[in-house]
Amino acid sequence: MLGLNKKDFGLLIIVAILTMAAPFILNPFPEGSAMAQFNAGYPDLMQRLVIFGIFAIGFNILFGLTGYLSFGHAAFLGVGSYAAIWMMKLLTMNVIPAIVVSIVIAGLFALLVGWISLRRSGIYFSILTLAFAQMSYALAYSVLTPITGGETGLQPKYTDPRILDGALEAGQSPRANLFGLDMRASSELVMGNWVFTFNAGYYIAAIVMLIAFYMSIRIFRSPFGMMLRAVKSNQQRMNYTGLNSKPYTLAAFVISGMYAGLAGGLLVAMDTQVGAERMFWTASGEVVLMTILGGAGTLIGPVLGAGLIKYMENIVSKINKGVLEQWFAFMPDGIEDLLVTMIYPFVGKGWHLTLGIIFMLVVIFLPGGLVEGGQRIGRLFGRKKPSDSSPDGSKTPAE
Amino acid sequence: MAILEVKNVGKRFGGLQALGDVNLSVAENSVHAIIGPNGAGKSTLLNCLVGKLIPDTGSVMFDGQSVLGRKPYEINQMGISRVFQTPEIFGDLTVLENMLIPCFAKRDGAFRMHAIEGIDNEKDILGKAEHMLEEMKLIDKREMNAASMSRGDKRRLEIAMCLAQDPRLLLLDEPTAGMARADTNNTIDLLKQIKEERDITIAIIEHDMHVVFSLAERITVLAQGTPLVEDTPDNIKGHPKVREAYLGETQDAA
Repeated sequence: MLGLNKKDFGLLIIVAILTMAAPFILNPFPEGSAMAQFNAGYPDLMQRLVIFGIFAIGFNILFGLTGYLSFGHAAFLGVGSYAAIWMMKLLTMNVIPAIVVSIVIAGLFALLVGWISLRRSGIYFSILTLAFAQMSYALAYSVLTPITGGETGLQPKYTDPRILDGALEAGQSPRANLFGLDMRASSELVMGNWVFTFNAGYYIAAIVMLIAFYMSIRIFRSPFGMMLRAVKSNQQRMNYTGLNSKPYTLAAFVISGMYAGLAGGLLVAMDTQVGAERMFWTASGEVVLMTILGGAGTLIGPVLGAGLIKYMENIVSKINKGVLEQWFAFMPDGIEDLLVTMIYPFVGKGWHLTLGIIFMLVVIFLPGGLVEGGQRIGRLFGRKKPSDSSPDGSKTPAE
Repeated sequence: MAILEVKNVGKRFGGLQALGDVNLSVAENSVHAIIGPNGAGKSTLLNCLVGKLIPDTGSVMFDGQSVLGRKPYEINQMGISRVFQTPEIFGDLTVLENMLIPCFAKRDGAFRMHAIEGIDNEKDILGKAEHMLEEMKLIDKREMNAASMSRGDKRRLEIAMCLAQDPRLLLLDEPTAGMARADTNNTIDLLKQIKEERDITIAIIEHDMHVVFSLAERITVLAQGTPLVEDTPDNIKGHPKVREAYLGETQDAA
C-alpha cells in the first residue's frame, strides 16, 4: 500500500494514529490532580514534539544512513526560520509560502555547506559543519542584523508590506494562518475532569510530519537509501564498484537540510518569531542526541528520541523544589528533606543531568537506541510464546 | 591483442623508487600473473592501474584508452574490477544487498537519484543478483549480514560482486593470502571456472606459487620495481635469473 510493504505500512499507520490521537494520549491525567503536571497535551509542546520529530527524521537520513555526523544542522533550521518569517513579512501570513520557501532556501544553503564540508569525512567533516553553523549564528547575531534582527530577532509587525494580505490597523497583530484558519485556533473537549485541546497548528504540523515520515520510509527502502548505507559500510568498495560516493552523500546532506528547513519553517508558522539562538551549536547537538537516543538508522527512532527530549525539556524542567516538597509531604520531615535534596539536582533546571544519565545508559546498554530496547522487549515476549506452546508439541510424539 | 598496455611506468615515493621502468602487456582473455619478492612493487603497480595512485612517468592504456588521471570509480566503469587482499565487502549489509549494489552500478552508472521506487520493484536487478548468488553457491546466505560470513565466503562474494559488473579485466591482489589450503584450492577452482565460462581477462598478483602455476598462462616476474622476465609458466620455472631472484627459496612448493 502506498508503495510500502506490509510492515512499513503498519508502522506508518501506527504513527498516524498516535499523532492524530496525541491530544488524548499525552493528557492521561485529570485536570487539577497531582499528576497533571506530567500532561503534555497542550498545543505548544505537541507542536514542538512533531516539529523536532521532522528535524530528527531528516537528520537521520544523513547520519543514520551515511554515517556522516553533521554538527551544524541547526543552521539549516535557523535559515529555514528566517526565510519563513521574511515570507510572512513581505508576502502573506499564510503559512504555505513560508514553509515552501523555508525548504528551498535551507536546501540551497545545505548544497553550499555540503559541497564544501563533504570534501572531508569523519571528525573533519563534523568540525567543518560545526564551523559553518557557528559562523551562521555569529553572522545572524551581528553583521546580518538588517536581515536577521540581530539580538532581538524578527517577528511580523502590522507595518510590514505583506503584499498579498490587506493592510492591518495599527495595533492589530498579524496571525499566521492557513487560508484563514488561525494556527492558534483551538477547541477544547471537556470530559469529566479531563480537558483535551485540539489545536489547528498542531494538526497541520502533525500531517506534515506524517508526510515527512512517509517520504523517509520511501528513501530508506529505495536503491538510493541502500547506496547511502553502502557509503557508511565501505566507501572503498563503493568506489571500486564504479559508484561515485560524493553525489550520494551530497544528496543525502541536502535532503536532510531541507527537512531541517521544513522544521524551521513550521516553528515560525506555529510561533511567529525567530532569534539567532535557534542556530546555536547546542541546538545542533540536540538533534544528534535525539537521533542516537531513539536509534540512528532506524525509521521510528529519531521521532521517539525527539519526543523524549522535548518532553523532558518541557515537563521535567518544570518540577521545582515546591513540587518535590509536595510529593514527599507525607514522609517524616528528615526523610522528606533528604529525598528532596537528593532528587532536586536531577529535575527543574537540572533536567539536563537526567537527560545525560539516560543518554549514557542508552548508549552503553542499548547501542541501537530506544528502538533496540523495544525490539528486546518484543523478543522477550516472542520467546515466551514458543515455550508456552512446547508442552502441546511434546504431547504429540508421546501419543 | 593486448587489453592492458603498461608503458615505461615509474613511481617514486620520496627517496624510494618503487617502480623503475615497467613495461607490461596483458593479452585479452588470458590469465596473467605478476609475481615477485616482497617490495618488488607489485601492489604499487596494481594501484597505478586502478587509479589509487598516479604514476610519475609512463602510460597505462586499457582497451586503447588511457586510465591515468581517472578516479577509481571511472576506471571501474571502463571495465576493470578489483579484488582486494582482504575481502572488501559491505559488511553491514546483507549478502543480497551486497550483490545488488554492483548490479545497480552496472545499469545506472556512477550516480543515479533513485530515491522513491522501492528495491522490491526492481525485478530485473533482483533476478540478476539472485542468479549470481546461486551460481556462487551463496543463495542460502542471502539474508545474512555479510560481515558474519567466513573468510572463504567473503572472498566468493567479493568475486561475485566484481563479476556482476561484467568486467573485461579482473584484477586480483593476492586472493588466497592467509587462506587454508582447502580454501585456496576452492578459489583456484572458482577462478578456473570463471575463466572457462566467460570472456574475461584475469590479472593476478600472487605470492603462492601453487596458485600461480595452476592458473597463469603468462607470468611476469617483478624485482626491485622492474620486470625481470616475462614468459610462460614452464619457462619461468627453469629460468636461472628467476630462480636466483625469487624461486630459490620456494622451489619445493613449485
